[in-house]
Amino acid sequence: MSSQKFKKLNKIPVDLSANCAGIESPNPFWLASAPPTNSADQVMRAFDAGWGGAVWKTMGEDPPVINTTSRYGAIDIGGCKMAGLNNIELITDRPLEDNLREIREVKRRYPKHAVVASLMVPCERKNWHDIVRRTEDTGCDGLELNFGCPHGMSERGMGSAVGQVPEYVEQVVGYVKEIAQTPVLAKLTPNITDIRYPARAAQRAKADGVSLINTINSVMGIDLDTLSPRFSVGGKGAHGGYCGPAVKPIGLHMVSQIATDPECKKLAISGIGGISTWSDAAEYLLLGACSVQVCTAVMHYGFRVVEDMLDGLTRWMQEKGFQKTEDFIGKATPNLVDWKKLNLHQKTVAKIHPEKCIQCDLCYVACNDTAHQCIVRPIDLGTDGDPKNLRLPKVLEELCVGCNLCALVCPVEKCITMETVETGHPPLTWEEYVAKGMTGYGEVYKRFHD
Amino acid sequence: MNPAATAKAFQEITPPLKTEEAYQEANRCLYCYDAPCIQACPTHIDVPRFIKQIASRNTIGSAMTILEANPMGHSCARVCPVEALCEGACVYWAWQQKPIQIGRLQRHATDFLHSKRLQPFEAGPDNGKKVAIVGAGPAGLSCATYLRRLGFAVTLFEAKPKPGGLNTYGIAEYKMTQETSLDEAAWALDLGVEIRCGTRVGEDISFDRLEKEFDAVFLGVGLGATETLGIAGEGLHGIHEALQFIEYIKNHEFSQIPPGKTTICIGAGNTAVDVVTQAKRLGTPRVVMAYRRGPEEMPAYDYEYELAKADAVEFLWNVTPVAILGKTRVEAVRFAKTHSLKGKLTLLPRSEFDIPCDRVVKAIGQKKRRDLLSLVADLELDAKGRVRVDPVSLETTNPRFFAGGDAVNGGSEVVNAAADGKRAALGIFRYLFPGSQPNPEHAAWIDTIEPTPKKPETPHVLAKV
Repeated sequence: MSSQKFKKLNKIPVDLSANCAGIESPNPFWLASAPPTNSADQVMRAFDAGWGGAVWKTMGEDPPVINTTSRYGAIDIGGCKMAGLNNIELITDRPLEDNLREIREVKRRYPKHAVVASLMVPCERKNWHDIVRRTEDTGCDGLELNFGCPHGMSERGMGSAVGQVPEYVEQVVGYVKEIAQTPVLAKLTPNITDIRYPARAAQRAKADGVSLINTINSVMGIDLDTLSPRFSVGGKGAHGGYCGPAVKPIGLHMVSQIATDPECKKLAISGIGGISTWSDAAEYLLLGACSVQVCTAVMHYGFRVVEDMLDGLTRWMQEKGFQKTEDFIGKATPNLVDWKKLNLHQKTVAKIHPEKCIQCDLCYVACNDTAHQCIVRPIDLGTDGDPKNLRLPKVLEELCVGCNLCALVCPVEKCITMETVETGHPPLTWEEYVAKGMTGYGEVYKRFHD
Repeated sequence: MNPAATAKAFQEITPPLKTEEAYQEANRCLYCYDAPCIQACPTHIDVPRFIKQIASRNTIGSAMTILEANPMGHSCARVCPVEALCEGACVYWAWQQKPIQIGRLQRHATDFLHSKRLQPFEAGPDNGKKVAIVGAGPAGLSCATYLRRLGFAVTLFEAKPKPGGLNTYGIAEYKMTQETSLDEAAWALDLGVEIRCGTRVGEDISFDRLEKEFDAVFLGVGLGATETLGIAGEGLHGIHEALQFIEYIKNHEFSQIPPGKTTICIGAGNTAVDVVTQAKRLGTPRVVMAYRRGPEEMPAYDYEYELAKADAVEFLWNVTPVAILGKTRVEAVRFAKTHSLKGKLTLLPRSEFDIPCDRVVKAIGQKKRRDLLSLVADLELDAKGRVRVDPVSLETTNPRFFAGGDAVNGGSEVVNAAADGKRAALGIFRYLFPGSQPNPEHAAWIDTIEPTPKKPETPHVLAKV
């Protein structure tokens, strides 16, 4: 009866194991240093759910910090809850000894998982030596130096106050490296003009890697009735650290900057920032991260989000023929170049597929009002024709600059595609154009002044 | 009716989701923790997980989540009474909002896998044991899939020419095409299941022989012929059993089937709705559904009743046929009005009336297969004629025989049959390999058999220092 033949599902075994700066884990998915890693119970439940590693919530010196109540705020964009999350929570408020005892116990029960201790103490050699010694005694797999938190602790000269000054980064990493036995990651703040400077400083001081991005300075909003910040502590608010899906492009950019910087070649990268799905993680790894750290997605849905991260990444690797994570880590970095290296003779134009078009005409208004005025509609031209198609937009290809805007606003998948057009011109970059004395450019689109 | 018009009339009433639609709907799912939809599904598919896998564009992973728990997930996505099961349990109801379209999302995932012609399962290494399955309906196919995965040699015996059981022969074509059912069966058969279609166990081959030749037997025999009305004129031409009527439509060119003038359907269950809605689609001008009780007691699901109403079907409540009139062909049905008192029906005196018609379809439930089942040695049935089984293993009173689906539950949904097939596969494994456990790769589906209500997660308690 069965005349149907099926192909086998690709089940080639893939090795998800990760090695970031010498810190090994069964997979590249780590929990970031944050509320989800505040206790042994949480970390062990996360490992049971499938997480490969955890960076313990940052530990400092006793007496422990005191936190405010009311700590998190979020923005919802359209129907998407918690597109961005912001917090003013400080480092752990548990006594150091409790945390260290728990780290030791977790490591004993989960020897193959990565347990990284995040640390933050004042910028003095003695303070750092003390906490590094005590922490490494637990058997943890590595240290992450928190130079990233932009709220609260930064006012006390720690966190991002360190990360924003490359000299301080170099100094503190240096103190730690004097005695550290385990790999050292410097966690960087994105609240800086050029992330490569603190990264280079970390490398100079022989850090084994960097983790980034920490959270971004932010104010979530103002309550229009009370005029207080949208989450406040009794009416007053402080700026917080912003994270979640909305920050992913910023994280990807900063990771790629370090991954492509010749002066940061020795640094391993643990990628952080808006990772919610397996594909987000794959993008970070493709840009050079060796592990990824997740917080907001877990704070939204629980440890179980790792199930599809593992499943989806595995299936993608099988489909692409990658057998281990090293096979694709950094594979996309060569494709990220300076603007001056882009081909000016590459010509792309928009193509609207009329059979898919629902005639919302968002592409038309976007192009006409704000881009390059190269979409027309029969109804505006007074053209006779099928009355059903009077609103059907059409691209004037000779005017189209190929900016992508119409395809970006179009709600229908694959209704507007961007098509490459052969120009017959050899590739020409801005760099080459300048070198040739501004000659050799054959017009591939109609410029406004023409 | 012309072919184009009938083809349009029989179009699927629930079309597939477009990719963007599926993505948006998947993102609307809240991804509830310990979600009620999982509990509401008899096969306990991890619904939020498969939906989030659609959202993350891991569509193959999504289909695998579905099919791991329910190998009949491709058809269940179309024929499940989702309003009464998963979608009925969706938390959006509590919020007075539209529930997530779980059935259509499920279809999106399994359609994708099928369109790629991918086999989701793998046959296990041969374990040396042979199992016969009687009936290639949803229970039998589900059981066959898991048994092959566990490494059993499986032979399916099917009386009909095609596999799929009621999925292939008994579902209104506008709900699910026969092709879909056969596509789904092909997944199971492709695992190396031997199938003998057109073979009636009990006639062409005896149960005793199955018992001798196989290590275990699974009975997924379903139900039998429609019950009789027991009134005069029941043997006239133009009187059909509901399932035969549906099967006939599914196996003929719709436009070639004479619509007639008036069709009367006796009964008001879900099958009756399939009858009247399809009669309407054939172009029958007057279609009447007659039921001995009122609409509040009709066994069909509410949305099925809505379908019939939308098709301008006439309803005759509180009537019962007392005779079918005609010389050789049916010409009319004589009804009497009924009165229900504390659930007991009485006929109202002098209330009889005739409705002229040229076709009568009986949709008053199917008989149990007592005669067939009496051929199995030591097999006990309960008072209602259902096969008596151990609720955990689905083992019958004859230890080599297991049973599931309609023959055990008296007539339920495809998804219940699929759940039974899964449970019985594990029951057969445990019976033939006492004391041993299936390999760990089977844990995922075995965990969906008896999901104990989720216990609060036990915190990891640390040793006191």
